[in-house]
Amino acid sequence: MSEHIIPTRTYYLIWISLMCLTVITAAVAFVDLGQFNTIVALSIATLKALLVVLFFMHLKYTNEKMSKVAVISALFWLVLLLALSLTDYGWRGAGAV
Amino acid sequence: MSDSPVAVEQAHGPELLHHFADPEQQRAAASLGMWLFLATEIMFFGGMFCAYLVYRRWYFAEFAASSRTLDIWLGTINTIVLICSSLTVALGVRAAQMGKRKLLVVLLILTLIFGLAFLGIKGKEWSDKFHEHHIPGPQFDAGEIQLNGHPVDARSAQIFFSLYFAMTGMHALHMIIGVFMFVILTWYAWKGRFNQRYYTPVENCGLYWHFVDIIWIYLFPLLYLIDRKK
Repeated sequence: MSEHIIPTRTYYLIWISLMCLTVITAAVAFVDLGQFNTIVALSIATLKALLVVLFFMHLKYTNEKMSKVAVISALFWLVLLLALSLTDYGWRGAGAV
Repeated sequence: MSDSPVAVEQAHGPELLHHFADPEQQRAAASLGMWLFLATEIMFFGGMFCAYLVYRRWYFAEFAASSRTLDIWLGTINTIVLICSSLTVALGVRAAQMGKRKLLVVLLILTLIFGLAFLGIKGKEWSDKFHEHHIPGPQFDAGEIQLNGHPVDARSAQIFFSLYFAMTGMHALHMIIGVFMFVILTWYAWKGRFNQRYYTPVENCGLYWHFVDIIWIYLFPLLYLIDRKK
C-alpha cells in the first residue's frame, strides 16, 4: 500500500493561496485596525499553517491516525502552556515577578 | 502477511530492517517518530512564543517601538521565499512517490537555493541590527527606538531584541540543519537510493522543512506585523 499521491494542481493552488495570504497580511499591517491588527495577523498565520499542515504535510490525506493524535496532543500542550502562563503572568503587571 | 518468508524477502528492497514485519510498518513507524519529534519541537518553540507574549503584554510600548525598527520588506520577502521552498519540497516528495529521480534532484536543489536565500536575507537583517547597535548588551543604543516620537525604556527594548535574536536565531539554526539534511538527501537522490517503495527520508525531511516554515509563519506577524500601527 503506497501513500496517496496528490495532483500537482492542488500543490500550486495551496502555494498561490499562501502567497496571497502573505501579501494580504503584510498589507493589513499598514492599516490601523487597533486591537484587530493582532487578531487579523494571527488568524491569517493560523490559516496559512493549516494549509501547510493539511496539504503540504499530507495530514488531510494520511490514513495513519497516530500522526493526527501526535498533532492534536502537541496543540493541546501548547494551548495549556500559553493559556496557563498568560492567565498568571499576563495579569501581574510589568516587572511584578 | 500471508506470503511465505521467501516471497516477502523478494517483495521488498534492501531498505527493510529486520525488526519490521513489512515496508509499510517500517514507513508508518518512521512517520510516527517524525510527528512525535515535531510535537517536541512545538513545545521547544512554544516556550519562546510564550515568553514573547508575556513580555509583549508587560512592555507593550517598548515592544511596539522595537518591532518597527525591523525591515518589514525583508521579512515579507523571506516569508515568500520560505513558502516557495515549501512548494518545491512538497513537489519533491511527490516526485519521490512517483520514482522520478531527476525531477526529485532538481526540486531538492531548488529547495536548497531557497533555503540559502532565506538565510542570506536573514543575515542581512542581523548585520543591519549590529550596525544600528540593536544587539542587547553594553553597546545597545535605544536612541532611534521611539514610539510616536517618544523615547522608550532601553532595558525593556533590549528584552524585545533578546527574544528577537533568540527566536529568529533558533529558527535560522533549524534552517541550517535543514540545509545540511537536504544536501545529504540530494546526494542520496542523485545516487538513486529512493524509489516508489522507499522514499521515507524524503518524506520525513519534508515534514521537518514544512514545520520550520510554519514556525516562520508565526514569527513573521508576531515580530514584524502586529505592532506596525498603534
